[in-house]
This record gives sequence, C-alpha cells and structure tokens, in this order.
Amino acid sequence: MLKYVLKRVGLALVTLLIIVFLLFWLVRVMPGNPFPSERMNDIQIANKRAEMGLDDPVLVQFWRYITRALQGDFGNGTSLYYGVPINTVMSTAIGNSFRIGGIAVLLGTAVGLLLGITAALHRGKFLDGFCTVFSIIGVCVPSYVFLIFLQYNFAFRIPFFPYFFDASRFAFSSVLPSLSLSLFTMSTIARFTRNEMVEVFDSDYVRLAASKGLHGRRLVLRHVLRNALIPIVTVLAPLVVDLLTGALVVEKIYGINGIGKLMVDAITGEGIDYNYVLALGILYSALYIGVMLLVDLLYGVLDPRIRVSAKGEEA
Amino acid sequence: MAKKNMQAAPAVAAEYVPVAGDFELLHSRDIQTDANFASQSYWKGVLIHFFKNKRAVVGLVIITVIMLLAIFGPIMNSYGYKDIVQFRNEKNKRVVAKGISPRIPWLHELLTGEKYDDSFSDLTFLFGTDDLGRDLWTRTWYGARVSLIIAFVTIIIDMIIGMSYGLISGYFGGLADNIMQRFVEIANSVPRLVIVSVLAIFMPKGMGLVIVALLLTEWIGMSKIARAEMLKIKEQEYVLASRTLGAGNGHIIFKEILPNTIGPIITQVMFSIPTAIFTEAFLSFVGVGIVLPQCSVGTLIEDGFNNITTLPYQILPPIIVLALLMLGFNFIGDGLREALAPKLEDM
Amino acid sequence: MSESTKAILAVKNLDISFRTNAGVVHAIRGVTFDMEKGETVAIVGESGSGKSVSCKAIMGLLDSNAIVNSGEIWYTYTDENGQTQKVDLLKMPIKQLRQKINGQHIAMVFQDPMTSLDPTMPIGKQIMEGILLHKKTTKEAARARALELLQLVGITDAEKRFKNYPHQLSGGMRQRVVIAIALAADPDVLICDEPTTALDVTIQAKILELIKDIQQKMGLSVIYITHDLGVVAKVADYVDVMYAGKIIEVGNVNEIFYDPKHPYTWGLLSAMPDLETDDDRLYSIPGSPPNLLHEPPGDAFADRNPFALAIDKKAAPPFFRVSPTHIAATWLLHPDAPKIEMPKELQLRLERARKEVEKYL
Repeated sequence: MLKYVLKRVGLALVTLLIIVFLLFWLVRVMPGNPFPSERMNDIQIANKRAEMGLDDPVLVQFWRYITRALQGDFGNGTSLYYGVPINTVMSTAIGNSFRIGGIAVLLGTAVGLLLGITAALHRGKFLDGFCTVFSIIGVCVPSYVFLIFLQYNFAFRIPFFPYFFDASRFAFSSVLPSLSLSLFTMSTIARFTRNEMVEVFDSDYVRLAASKGLHGRRLVLRHVLRNALIPIVTVLAPLVVDLLTGALVVEKIYGINGIGKLMVDAITGEGIDYNYVLALGILYSALYIGVMLLVDLLYGVLDPRIRVSAKGEEA
Repeated sequence: MAKKNMQAAPAVAAEYVPVAGDFELLHSRDIQTDANFASQSYWKGVLIHFFKNKRAVVGLVIITVIMLLAIFGPIMNSYGYKDIVQFRNEKNKRVVAKGISPRIPWLHELLTGEKYDDSFSDLTFLFGTDDLGRDLWTRTWYGARVSLIIAFVTIIIDMIIGMSYGLISGYFGGLADNIMQRFVEIANSVPRLVIVSVLAIFMPKGMGLVIVALLLTEWIGMSKIARAEMLKIKEQEYVLASRTLGAGNGHIIFKEILPNTIGPIITQVMFSIPTAIFTEAFLSFVGVGIVLPQCSVGTLIEDGFNNITTLPYQILPPIIVLALLMLGFNFIGDGLREALAPKLEDM
Repeated sequence: MSESTKAILAVKNLDISFRTNAGVVHAIRGVTFDMEKGETVAIVGESGSGKSVSCKAIMGLLDSNAIVNSGEIWYTYTDENGQTQKVDLLKMPIKQLRQKINGQHIAMVFQDPMTSLDPTMPIGKQIMEGILLHKKTTKEAARARALELLQLVGITDAEKRFKNYPHQLSGGMRQRVVIAIALAADPDVLICDEPTTALDVTIQAKILELIKDIQQKMGLSVIYITHDLGVVAKVADYVDVMYAGKIIEVGNVNEIFYDPKHPYTWGLLSAMPDLETDDDRLYSIPGSPPNLLHEPPGDAFADRNPFALAIDKKAAPPFFRVSPTHIAATWLLHPDAPKIEMPKELQLRLERARKEVEKYL
C-alpha cells in the first residue's frame, strides 16, 4: 500500500513540476518587456534585467523562482496591486474563495446525495421525476445565472441580503454566492447518485443478496450504498476544485475578492499581470493535481479491488 | 411414479375444432427464416430507438428551432445587430429607441384596446431594446449564431484531432501509446482556466482566443473515447482477417475501425457542444471572449447583468436561449447514448 | 394419480408480461410445472424462452417493469414450529417472502459468478450474512458454519479465503462461493440459473458434480435452468422444454432424450454436438425465437418448424399425453395428423447414444 501511495504521489509531483515549468517558461521567458509599467530606456532595462537575473539560463531562473515560491514568495505584481506582495493578496483571496466554495461543496454534496438516494429509492415515482427535473435545470443553467437571479430578487427588489459581498459580514453575505455555486454540484451529484444506485439495484449481486433474504434498509445499507457511492468520489473531485478555486463569474458578479476574481483582474486589466498569472496558474494546477491525487488514494482505500491489488504490488 | 399431470391444454386451443386441411404440412423441409433480427440494419435500429425516446425528440426539436432562429432571426426585422434604432418622431426630432421593453403594438391594442401612448407607437420589439437602443431580438439570435458557430467549429476540429490521436495511440500501442498517454495525462492536469490565462498573454481577446482555448482542452475527452473503442475493436476477428489479407495500417484504422467508433464519438460531440457554449459564455462574460460590438450569448448575458436594475427584461432572452441549448444538446446526447447501447429493459 | 399432492413447488398458469419502451412483451404465456421433494427438474430452452423469468418469479426477483397477469406458485414447507404450510408465493408480500422463504427455504445460484458477488465485501461475510439473517446463532457459530460451507463446496484453504474479496478468486471458485451462499440457511429448494454457462468446460463438470453431491447430502430439490442438454442429461430427473414463454414438452429424462415428440425438442437434440456425427456441419434450428412483442397466433414454433401443419397457424396445440409421465404440445400427436417420425439422423444418433449408455450399465 505504501509503495502504491508513494508511486501516486511521485507521479503527481512530476506532473506538477512539468506543468509549473511550462507555465514559467511561457509566462516569464517568452513575452518581451517584463516591466511594462515602468518607463525606462534600453540601457536601464538591460541593467534591471541583469540585476533581476533575467539573463541567466532558464533553468537557473526557474530554480530561483521555485525555491522562493516554496517559501511563499511569488514576488510582486507587475500591474495589479502595485507594491503589495502577491502572497499577501493571494492568501486573502484564497481565504474568501475557499470559505465560500467550501460551504458550496458541503451543501451541494449533502443535498445532492440526499436527493439522489431518495430518487433511486422511489424510482419511477414523483420524487424521482422531481429529482430529474431539478438536476436537469441545475446542469443546464450556469451558476452565475442563479446568482444574478437571486441577487436581483433577494438583494435588490427585496433588499434582504447584501447586494455585494462584504467581508465584515461574511456568513450573511456568503449565502447567495454559496447557494448558487452549490446548485451545479448538487444536481450533478443527485443525478449521478441516482443512476449509480439504480444500476447497483439491478446488479446480480444485489439480486443475490435479496435471494438470501435481505430486504429494505439492510439491503440498501449493506450492499447498495457502498457500491454506488465509491464512483461518486470521482465526479466530486473536479467539482470541488472548481468550487474551491472560486467560480470566476460568481466572484466577479458578487464582488468577492477571491482567486477567481484575481485571475480575471490579472488577465483583463490594463496590461496583463504576468506574475499573477504565473502564481495563480501554479496555485490552480497544484490544487487540481492535489485533489485528483487525493481522489486516487481515497478510491484505493474505499474500493477493495484497488486496495488489495495495491497490497499485492507491495508484496 | 405418476407425475406431471398437466392440465389438458390452454383453454382457447382446446375449443378449437380442427377442420379438413388443417393437418397438412406447411413448409418444405428447408426453411431459413429469421424475420425478427435480419431485417434491420444497425443504424436504422439506432434511429428508430432514438426517435422513440421522447426526450431525445424534444431535444432535437429545441435545437432545430434555435438553429433556424439563429439563421433567420436576425433577418426577420430590419435592424442589424449593431444598429442603434433611431427614427424621427412627429416633431421630426431624431429619437433613439433606448431601453424599450418588449412590445407588440397590435397585441397590446388587442388586449387593452388602446394604442401605446408613446412616440414609438407602431414599432415592434419582440425582446425590447438595450440601453443603447439596439434591437434585442436581432442581437439574441445573432449572438446565438456566434455561439453555435464557435461551438460547432471547435468541436468538429477537436473531434478530428482527438479521434486521430486516440485511434493512432490505441492502434499502435506499446511505447507510442505509452508516450502519447503520458502527454494526455499531463495535458489533462492543466486546469482550463490556466490555459485561458496563459493564452491571454499571447493572443488578443476575442473569438480567436475562445476557439483556441476550446481546441486545447476538448480534444482530450474525444481521444480517450476513440482510444478505448480502438482497443476494444482492434482484436476482433474481422480486423485480424483484414490484416492477414494484407491491409495496411491506414486502411485498417480508417476503413475498418473508424466507422465503428462513430457512434460513441458523436455522442461525445453532443455533450461537448454544450460545454463549448458554456465556456464561450463564461469567457465572454468575464471579458476575454467576444469583443463589442460583436455579441454572443455570453456577452448578452453580461450586458443584461450590467443593466439588470434598470432593464431587467434584457437578461432573459440570452439566458433562456443558453439554457435551452444546454438542455437540447444534453437530451440529444442522452438519447444517442441510449440508442447506441440500449439496455435490455428498454428493448 | 391426479393433482399431485406431494409437490413441494407447483407453478400454475403463470403468465407474465413486461412493459418496455417498444410495447408490452408477453414473455411467459401460461407456464405450469411442479416438482417433488428431492427431485431434479431441468427447464430447457433457448435464450429468451422465459426460463429465467419463471424462476425469478418464484424468487420474487422480477424486474420492476414486469406485470404478473395471472398464475399461482404454490410452495409447501415445514415452518419453524414443525407445521406444514402451503403458500402462494406470488401473493406473498415481498417483505414476508424475503423474511420467510428466500434463503431459508428457496435459494438461488446465479448464472455469472463474476457479477453475482458483492465486490466490496469479503466472501466470508457474504456467506455469514445469510446464516445470521435466518438462524438464531452467534457470530462465532455463523463463522464456523460459513467455514464449514466453504469446505463443503470444495474450497480447501477456507480459513485463508474467508477474508478474500471476490476479485481475488477464479470464476470456478466464485461459483462455489455463490453455491455456499445459497446453502447458508439450509434451503429445501435450490434454483440454479445456468450455473455453469459462464465457466470453463472442465470446471463445469466439477460444479455440476458438486451440486449433485450436495443435493444428495442435504436432500435438496433442484431446478436447473439451462440451454445445454448436456447438463440436463447429467443431472435431471425430469425435463420441461420451454419455447417462447410456454412449456411445450415434459417428460422424464429418458423420454425426452430417447423418445422426444415435439419438433422443437428434436431440433434441440439435433443441435447437440456429438463426437460421431458424420456431418461436418453442426445442425442449428433455423431462424430465431419469435419476438413476443408481437405474439404469433397459433403455435409460436410454426415458422421455424419444418414439420409445421396448417393448423399450427390457427391454433396453439394442446398437450397430448404420450405416457403417464410424458406430454407434448404439438398437433403432430393429434390422431388426424400425418405420421411424422423424428428425422433419420436424429434417430440414429439417439440409438447410438442409448447403446453407449447401456455399455456402462
């Protein structure tokens, strides 16, 4: 098992390293003038380049960048938040995005599972139909449209919730964005859970369990749920990443200073902020790969077919 | 042991009294009937199955109607998508038709018995006009057209790239497959947003950026499907047969195997198109997509959002079109998937 | 003797349809059969003839789109108080069926051992489950019993295998586990749905022997569902031949093998591979079973039957009695029908087979 874990972790790290290097190369080395916001003549630029080590070989620069980044030093923005270190701005943003995304993940997963299970248990009846319609709407309408709708009705026409995000009233002002973000997760999970459960219900091993005399709740708890829920981990992963890294549009609409909005600002501002693009790119990739790795490992723990073969590998 | 006392016979048959000629042989000894299964070709069966699926048909109708409107909608009235509607009022003063809510004068008259009491009395704006005075009916369908074109173009190119990649990788296997799959794995680990942001450094904002971003991400899913199908089909007898007959790799890949992967690939296309439309909408909303005065579903939603407190009706048409496009393509995709691999229960 | 009173299981006029997207499929069209204690009955037919559905109806495992139009399934058993009970399983609420009948009285072995075990539960636990459910024993006792069962079904290192997951076992081993699960709560009736189809030929024979062995040890009544007449010859006392949702010929194993009367049975027997057949071509019944979405009038087999009579198109044939234990539903047995014998090649084959058997007696 340990070998399996180490192999997975190693693979993920290598992938991440390759991606970060590519990003670094594309963002830092390729574009022309790295100081677009400062007026300097050619000699000044050359001096500054030498001073910053931009004339060193790419790998040396990369090594320098990585070692600093690992200590949390991503440098300063080239045009965004001038003079403030990127990691300061980014940690505030991460806090906001993660808290709002986290609520959305929890809400979406819990309600989604509940809906999906209920629908599968009442297959073909009203609740099943309701769940289907709900999940179709949730998948077909983007979360920011829900937010616009909620914002217009419950913050503008009935001014109950704040119209924009207000960090000092965090809980209250994260209701609308978290709710609208959770809907996609909710409907995806509801639909997936329902279909998985229906499939498991039709499987031979559940028939065998029924032919033993198992029925009702016992049958569902012992044989259906576990088998149906294992694959859900895989759909959940990309959803979690999307939510945690902040749905861009939702943050933009609701004025949340999260990483999504930061990214939008970095690429749509006056001049593109290369340093932010790089730092956020690394953050996004690391999160994405990290969660995928986690799912891989979790799957190994949950599914004996993988768990045992991993053990076999070790032996 | 006297066992098996069968009730004499099913009731109906028992009542039947045989008549003369009943006991003559019907067939010659040689019969080769297979009326049930022989008569239907595979694709005909798929089509029949597809059209029996209510949701799939609904999806098809929705998409057809939206496509027709995207083609003909903008020419159904005289306003262009970037024209600001102006006209001269009774005092011969130029008036811009800004922020007019949806109106159909004859219907209004029919319902209320009065004419509109304003200077645009005889003008029809089905979806109203925006804050600059542009007709939203025209803009909505023009935007839908742009979004659909982007989606179709990119997904078809992605299909070609992804299929070729997957088929080649699966067909040759071994080291080539290994290297190609490592590459896919790495490409798959880059979040879409990171690709977009890096692209934004090298490309001007606009349709090109959206298309390239989609091209770089959507082929991966297709290649996975093509590869899986290839691995499944590769070892089947007919492929081996054609190889022993001396067929080349190209012939086997494109003539023997490709036709068999078409079903699942088309299904994937039906699911990728809404993803593409979704992505386009969100990139345009964020501001790296379609640039003004061009419009797409995404920019229209953004416009609507910007004016939501003053012109709340403006956001509805693009949102509904977007949702219907999603719904339609998803229904068609589901229907195709079921028609291609029918479960026993549905047969 | 009329109405068999000793029957442990009696299915009467079972009639089942399925709602599908394409329409209503009339899959079971009046099936009647019964079995006595200790007997082995084989239900034979092509795929789609309704064999499995009949048995799923007994187990209460019909899919949700099934409609039971009519029929009774009478089951006679001795309950925990030693009272003889006779119940109609079709009328029994599903919960009661699971609590009282499934597992402890009627158990089932499924066709595909690859899919019929829960992949996320160790096999030992899956066997114990049935014991704990129906027997009032401690966990330790159940565990001991499960180990005993594993040994009974021929798994040698039972102690070690106990904690294995299904994917760690071979197909043959898994089927043994499935059998152990079925036997866990000492049933009286065992339904085996094509128990060897998914297995290698060498393992097939072993599994059949195992079931036969256990049947003798435990006094089980066994229903085999199969399309393989080779299996039938090895294990069955009585044979019910099914076609298109109906039973068309019933007899003891000798009658079916040496004196079949229904042209469909002839076809099935001719299609059996045989070492000495001179033909270089294996016979197969022409065509395929009718689509029961569009129920054919008269005899469903008429279109594929080289010996079909004009009347077959008009009315379904009733059963004609051939011997006290042998009946067949074909108009060829009607007194007015032309005298048609089974095909020559088949006659020769059956003759050969009979001699072969006599050699060993």
